[in-house]
Amino acid sequence: MTMLQDRPTNTKLISKVPDGALVDKWDNFKANAKLVNPSNKRKFKVIVVGTGLAGASAAASLAELGYRVDAFTFHDSPRRAHSIAAQGGINAAKNYQGDGDSVSRLFTDTIKGGDFRSREGNVYRLAQVSVNIIDQMVAQGVPFARDYGGLLDNRSFGGAQVSRTFYARGQTGQQLLLGAYQQLSRQIGLGGVRLFNRCELVDIVVIDGRAAGIVTRDLLTGELASHAAHAVVLATGGYGNAYYLSTNAMNCNVTAAWRAHQRGAYFANPCYTQIHPTCIPQADATQSKLTLMSESLRNDGRVWVPKNFDENRAAHEIPEQDRDYFLERLYPAYGNLAPRDISSRAAKRLVDKGLGVGPLKNGVYLDFAEAIGRLGRPVVEERYGNLFEMYERIAGENPYDQPMRIYPATHYTMGGLWVDYELQTTIPGLYAAGEANFSDHGTNRLGASALMQGLADGYFVLPYTISNGLAPLLNKTVPGTDHPEFKRVETEAKVRFQGYLNVRGTRSPDYFHRELGKLIWDYCGMERDRNGLERALTEIPALYSEFKKDLRVTGTGEGINQTLEKAGRVDDFFQLGTLMCKDALTREESAGGHFRVEYQTEEGEAVRDDENFCHVAAWEWTGDENNATRHEEQLSFETVQLATRSYK
Amino acid sequence: MTHLVSNLTLKVWRQNGPADKGKFETHVIESITDEASFLEMLDVLNERLIGENKEAIVFDHDCREGICGTCSLMINGQAHGPQRGSTTCQLHMRSFKDDDTIVIEPWRANAFPIIKDLMVDRAAFDRIVESGGFITSPTGGAPDANLIPVPKPVADAAMDAAACIGCGACVAACPNSAANLFVGAKLTHLNLLPQGQAERYKRAEAMVDTMDEHFGSCTNHGECSAACPKEISLDVIALMNKDYRSAKFKNRKQLSRK
Repeated sequence: MTMLQDRPTNTKLISKVPDGALVDKWDNFKANAKLVNPSNKRKFKVIVVGTGLAGASAAASLAELGYRVDAFTFHDSPRRAHSIAAQGGINAAKNYQGDGDSVSRLFTDTIKGGDFRSREGNVYRLAQVSVNIIDQMVAQGVPFARDYGGLLDNRSFGGAQVSRTFYARGQTGQQLLLGAYQQLSRQIGLGGVRLFNRCELVDIVVIDGRAAGIVTRDLLTGELASHAAHAVVLATGGYGNAYYLSTNAMNCNVTAAWRAHQRGAYFANPCYTQIHPTCIPQADATQSKLTLMSESLRNDGRVWVPKNFDENRAAHEIPEQDRDYFLERLYPAYGNLAPRDISSRAAKRLVDKGLGVGPLKNGVYLDFAEAIGRLGRPVVEERYGNLFEMYERIAGENPYDQPMRIYPATHYTMGGLWVDYELQTTIPGLYAAGEANFSDHGTNRLGASALMQGLADGYFVLPYTISNGLAPLLNKTVPGTDHPEFKRVETEAKVRFQGYLNVRGTRSPDYFHRELGKLIWDYCGMERDRNGLERALTEIPALYSEFKKDLRVTGTGEGINQTLEKAGRVDDFFQLGTLMCKDALTREESAGGHFRVEYQTEEGEAVRDDENFCHVAAWEWTGDENNATRHEEQLSFETVQLATRSYK
Repeated sequence: MTHLVSNLTLKVWRQNGPADKGKFETHVIESITDEASFLEMLDVLNERLIGENKEAIVFDHDCREGICGTCSLMINGQAHGPQRGSTTCQLHMRSFKDDDTIVIEPWRANAFPIIKDLMVDRAAFDRIVESGGFITSPTGGAPDANLIPVPKPVADAAMDAAACIGCGACVAACPNSAANLFVGAKLTHLNLLPQGQAERYKRAEAMVDTMDEHFGSCTNHGECSAACPKEISLDVIALMNKDYRSAKFKNRKQLSRK
């Protein structure tokens, strides 16, 4: 049977979603996947780049199976990856609350949340394995919240009408990452994984059309080195830092994915970026990053702005009739738990109108007064205590006494390296997992689904799909690091880094990053339009040529040089930024996080164009960042009916 | 509302590599908004240094929201600075006043050699975790998550200990450079949970023995807990000591049975 999914306009974009009914696809895949005999597994070397949830779980699981694994992180320790900062929780279709959840409910919520721009087969598998993740993490000792009977507790999150989110206070990402890190550490101790820390990927080596390995730069010595393997997994996270100000950690970057893209991996849906509604607003010009306040706060916090433009009373002095609880007003069915893209835009519109709060009038209130009255302060403290403390430290205001001020900020990127059902990119032997790939969230990720996807990919998908890819290579020789292509790529990297040092201009990498970020935020942020995007596509290249002429990197290439590291990352952000705007310009519809002003209803809701844009846009590198080629993977929906997404 | 803090004198430790002797370098910050974080103040200084064609000050940092444990810094002799229960990245300039002198140093401990300027090598922590800081549970074999109820007080106590971010402030604050709070926190987290019982004593012995290879001994000063950004209680050290003592008996007994 010919699958509907397999109607690509490009022969490389074959999704490889297995045949059969949706519920059977993953079982069918596993039943037919090629296996590698236990004693043969040690003959295979797998490189895993990144040690966040996806990378650590993949490296640990592959090593447990018997593969030889080399794991790379640019941090000092694998435990630092930014998965650690996820606060709210992880979704799973356990239905422990008996409130009507099921695998198919989680599946439909995710498809709908993603505004019908993700692959059914992948999303269903994600919902299926979600239940295994919770079992796995509890067995590893993750101290999830529990009720008084000792069973696991759940909370609800945006875009869902059931409570399926498991959590460990406001530190769920930390606890899950530490679980995966500990499992990885066990394998390092046993010798199954070799760890390369403070070691950054600077290029991918492709020989005869297959990923042969990577070139890395030792951040402490500046030395470049080649590493060969039978397969390479990139679990290197998202590219939200293209915006400069985001909730990502300072060192998050797109370099690994972008190098892969330049070596032939298609980059999918780069314009799908998520702006998270509840972050602390920017306070001043020195600001280096924005801090997220967990979405879980919207379970009990009420979002509002004053009704009057000239309001200057303190929040608690403003009477009920002068407040606009705009999410409850606009989206009564979901209220304050409307999905992220929708909540963010609603807040932006009111702030743009001049109804913002705070000294810079750049936020909206998230108010707990009603919750404190209803539940009492101890319960609110138990649920959100650490988040309240964090807010007070940053904003200098106590949220028990006055409402928090929040505003949307870039948080997550749904776009990423194009992968098929096996998480393999368009370069055979090169896989992408977690936020680095584009696969599961469509145009908008639901809260508490990033942790789920990272762990699903690493623990329960890659171990099966990698075996399927490796089995045919048994007893075949693959190129080693003595192959001339490794040397050539090393030399290219060396020239590139020396190049940054040689410019000797006047501006730091941070200066360019900040300016670039402003352009991308203004033109390719929460709302986009043709004029702005076209302007971006002339302003970004202009700034990029400034960068090439006027960059200043002090110090040398030998030994640690954080300014030099930054220069390489900003260089890649420039090229990516161009592609983001191009992708946004060519997607002439509004869907989820991609909101084109031209395509909206009278009430300001997104208008999709399923006739022309029910596809994944996958971009091919042509050697020039201004002239990437756009390919399409058609999406077909066999189970879910395409519908207008409504949370009213 | 935003205010400015003026005329800050920074004495910053500069050390060009592990072998270099190192020295303090003085910089004056004429004025900075009190909304800026401490690390943003260093960003501003680094921008200025690059503008003057000088090398930026090297320091570790990443998430800037107090959870990744990457940032460090001894600020006026206090690990993570004057604000209790928080990391350097969560410290804001509103904690300082006009004309203050601020001394900025790296963690100082033999087990954490200085790499450059304010950056140190904390890999010894990873070695300890590799020796036993885990529950062996290979992927795929886990029973249903609700099969074993965990009493809420136990889960809560495990979570309190598991909050450790592995930053190393405890070691830096300790006059003996002991890592007992770090190791005690991990042992308490895993040894309290029913899932952690099978390896409880093996874990305690392995982690403590590895710790002793790298770090000094605890003499109950309590500086570690006072400096801890997650305010982890000294109780974790008591539990570690108890389990280590039991381990020495239990593990020997098991050995003699072999």
